[in-house]
Amino acid sequence: MNLITKDPKAQSDTAHTGHPTPLTYFKIALILSITTAIEVGVFYIEWLGHGIIPVLVILSGLKFGLVALFYMHLKYDSPLFSWFFFGGLALATSVFIAVLGLFKFFVAQ
Amino acid sequence: MLEAGADPHGENSEHTTTGLNHRKLLMWAFLGSDCMFFGTLIGTYLVSKGRSLVGPYAVDVFDIPVTSVSTFVLLMSSMSMVLAYAALTRGSLKGFRIWIASTAIMGMTFLSFQVFEFYEFANHEVHFKCSTPISDLTEHERTFIDKCAGQDASHEVEEQHGLTPRTNLFGTTFFVLTGFHGAHVTLGVVWLLSLLFYSFRGGVTAKRNLDVDLAALYWHFVDVVWIVIFTVVYLFGVFPGF
Repeated sequence: MNLITKDPKAQSDTAHTGHPTPLTYFKIALILSITTAIEVGVFYIEWLGHGIIPVLVILSGLKFGLVALFYMHLKYDSPLFSWFFFGGLALATSVFIAVLGLFKFFVAQ
Repeated sequence: MLEAGADPHGENSEHTTTGLNHRKLLMWAFLGSDCMFFGTLIGTYLVSKGRSLVGPYAVDVFDIPVTSVSTFVLLMSSMSMVLAYAALTRGSLKGFRIWIASTAIMGMTFLSFQVFEFYEFANHEVHFKCSTPISDLTEHERTFIDKCAGQDASHEVEEQHGLTPRTNLFGTTFFVLTGFHGAHVTLGVVWLLSLLFYSFRGGVTAKRNLDVDLAALYWHFVDVVWIVIFTVVYLFGVFPGF
């Protein structure tokens, strides 16, 4: 089993080092900047109401994913690293939701 | 050009049971556990949201444009960090030094924003004219409405009522969460500067790039944590009804 490289096809658009080129990093930075600008812009749109919550969660998740996949090289590195990181993240999210649910439904207001 | 024997994956190809470098694996395990650490802090913040008995609240103190700028600075520092690592794996030590110094400077800029923000929160002033309609005042400002009793409409209420970790539940959870993140950034800046100085002593080369790879992972991690904090704490914090 090849634990070193997750997706050989993914390397076709990368430099011979096996990582993205600096141009790709610039493009990711541009997307991150634009996404942040959209987040702040959306924040001031009052008529969105509670619709702002899923929009901001999706934009935030997009930024998180881009940094993790490209800047932290999870897209190109061993899947074991992804398991360690996203395993911790999934556990954190589960505890997070459990605590929120506990305080939402089982604590007298 | 890539130096002979340079490994862009940070000296990954080890003779270990996984075939992966144990230091790098340990770093990922640490980052996974740090996710849980910040998960508990963010969870505590959200659970406590709206349960403070006195102000000021998030809507009174947060300045979204200022925090947006500091968020942008931290995002750009992640780009310069990855470019530092890319320069090193290409064998450009000069490029590595320029980009890692840029990253450290942007990290310090982010910390300066945080210090400024904390100072502003601690010295927060309630300031409104007595002619302001009550519906335009925040919940916290309304608690000072009695200062207008017997005054004419042009009178201005000015009261210093800062936010500290001891002020209310919001202050406690907010400062603990963002303070721990700031501590992570501070540690990251020290780490980056150490690598910069270490590179002048020949300790950082294209072939020996794992130290930089690990520092980069840590730096990107503090960036992704801030991405979550910015949305959940700041943007949702000011949003009414969340």
